[in-house]
Amino acid sequence: MTMQLEQSPTTGDEVITNYTINFGPQHPAAHGVLRMVMELDGEIIERIDPHVGLLHRGTEKLIEHKSYLQALPYFDRLDYCSPLCQEHSYVLAIEKLLNLEVPERAQYLRVMFAELTRISNHMLNIGAHVMDVGAMTPNLWVFELREDCMNFFERASGARMHMAWFRPGGVHQDVPLKLLTDIGDWIDNRLPELFGDAMSLVIDNRIFKQRNVDIAIVSKEDAIAWGFSGPMIRAAGVPWDLRKSQPYDVYDRMDFEIPVGTNSDCYDRFMVRVNEVYQSARIIKQCIAEMPEGPIASDDRKVSPPKRGEMKQSMEALIHHFKLYTEGFHVPAGEVYVATESPKGEFGVYLVADGSNKPYRCKIRPTAFSHLQAMDFMAKGHMLPDATAILGAIDVVFGECDR
Amino acid sequence: MAVLHSAPKITSNEGVKDALSAALGKMLISASEEHGEIIFTVKRGGIEDALRLLRDDHEYQQMMEMAGADYPSRAERFEVVYMLLSLTKNHRVMVKISTDEATPVPTITTLWPNAGWLEREVFDMYGVLFAGNTDLRRILTDYGFEGHPFRKDFPLTGYTELRYSEEEKRVVYEPVELAQDLRQFDFMSPWEGADYVLPGDEKADTPPIDDPKVTEKPSDTGAGKAANKAAAKPSAKKPSKKPAAKPPEPTEDRPARRPRKGKTTDTKAATKPKGGKS
Repeated sequence: MTMQLEQSPTTGDEVITNYTINFGPQHPAAHGVLRMVMELDGEIIERIDPHVGLLHRGTEKLIEHKSYLQALPYFDRLDYCSPLCQEHSYVLAIEKLLNLEVPERAQYLRVMFAELTRISNHMLNIGAHVMDVGAMTPNLWVFELREDCMNFFERASGARMHMAWFRPGGVHQDVPLKLLTDIGDWIDNRLPELFGDAMSLVIDNRIFKQRNVDIAIVSKEDAIAWGFSGPMIRAAGVPWDLRKSQPYDVYDRMDFEIPVGTNSDCYDRFMVRVNEVYQSARIIKQCIAEMPEGPIASDDRKVSPPKRGEMKQSMEALIHHFKLYTEGFHVPAGEVYVATESPKGEFGVYLVADGSNKPYRCKIRPTAFSHLQAMDFMAKGHMLPDATAILGAIDVVFGECDR
Repeated sequence: MAVLHSAPKITSNEGVKDALSAALGKMLISASEEHGEIIFTVKRGGIEDALRLLRDDHEYQQMMEMAGADYPSRAERFEVVYMLLSLTKNHRVMVKISTDEATPVPTITTLWPNAGWLEREVFDMYGVLFAGNTDLRRILTDYGFEGHPFRKDFPLTGYTELRYSEEEKRVVYEPVELAQDLRQFDFMSPWEGADYVLPGDEKADTPPIDDPKVTEKPSDTGAGKAANKAAAKPSAKKPSKKPAAKPPEPTEDRPARRPRKGKTTDTKAATKPKGGKS
């Protein structure tokens, strides 16, 4: 911390001018390892220089050294709050290069679990945002729901967080019927009740509004120019949602609405997320109702592995299995950019294939990069404690931002 | 080819490539449409004008992503790819340029403010310079990092590692010392992608001879009466007294590794029996 003392030109007294402080790298409200060099005039933020990259692990380089299937689990570890949505972009990019058809049931399962991931991500973000501005109870309540989501993921894939369940060609394993009915019950009863209770404490709360309304207003033009996406651009009043405008898997069959904000402040961003939770619940219910029976992965044996039972009968299946888990599959040369609507915004994968079994280049578009970059102009002129509210409303996770 | 995959569906690409190629005019080097992606390669110097044209006249309002890529075999080894998104037309295109280590690329921070960090990232990872970017600092790597890690010739393990030094009470940087060599598995089928010569395949790549040797007459075979006669003659010179060549020396053992610099007090403590005398 440095403090500069200067002579005031008018009174001749010594006055305190600007303050430079470090916010982070270890700060509970920074949602990870973020270091922000802040220049303060008293308690007013003059300038913010976010230093990112403290969690840089070189994921993109590691992916270049792995086969396509081995690279998949890295995506869980990017945004560890919404793992399946990151996998979604990656598997779709591979399928686009291969022009691979995915069975309908797998598409429904993917959409359903991507939405469940969205709920689980928003639970964390809403809880953390509320806690950043001083409320304790709602966070504990919504974490219960997040825990429920994780239990569902565990029942589907065996892992609570790093599922690696979406695979090129479909999903890894089918889900038991009981899991679907349990999710349906949860959507009908537990989610609206507990989430509604938690939100009733927050939405009309005087303190919460004081801390969020009219904080970090971003105009529609600015939101577009800064490359905003997801709830950040929707809060600015642009009804832009990739699930609606550029549907992938079976999103074009789903009936849901896009919540948009009117004022483009932190409160709107929060409310957009709250409403998205209900819309996601709607999508999940439709998936459960409409999901057909059938295979859950492509029957192209050059891409997706055979069933275990088949392997015990057929030599060819055994060879396919062996080749897939040693050499992996080859992807035709070409380059694609596939972006999906992750809970935080547009999560894109730019995949360059050279015809071998490893990606030549895999660039990941993190959602937080453009949002965090706008931190400086969003926070300018606000008070120091508003910085935490702004960060909370951005919904930043550093596993994804730093890659 | 019929579209079978279920990746995001955007507005049809039909006619877009030709229309935008015509609009880009002289700035364009080539345009391609593969896997449903339209990619324009433009001249490096004209990138700012090209993107301004696409933004202002063709409704590509957002620059969502900028990616670097390294192709060491090319004369201009780096590519910078810009992904544009049109919110109104619901369409995406990619624009790319190529450059080398020394030639700077014009910045596009003048067009989109979010290009600032993206250019910093490409600079950090590949060392591509952006002329006009006033804040071209490193962004993702460590403070004081040297080199550009995503270049294909940068090793996966890097050059330095850091640990907390108990003696110095701070984090110290050291050259990377791997306890075992980094294992790179090659699972490609040997006839497809192996970059080593298979045993028995050493002569497979010998070029064919233009004038093949043929034996048309019996005398060409090197057999027969004349040859037997010649072979019966004793040789003119005595056999050489030079000793035969020695077999090669056996390969030396791998020299012992230099011990690690840091004291390994922690490990000793961990293996020490608890409570008893050491």
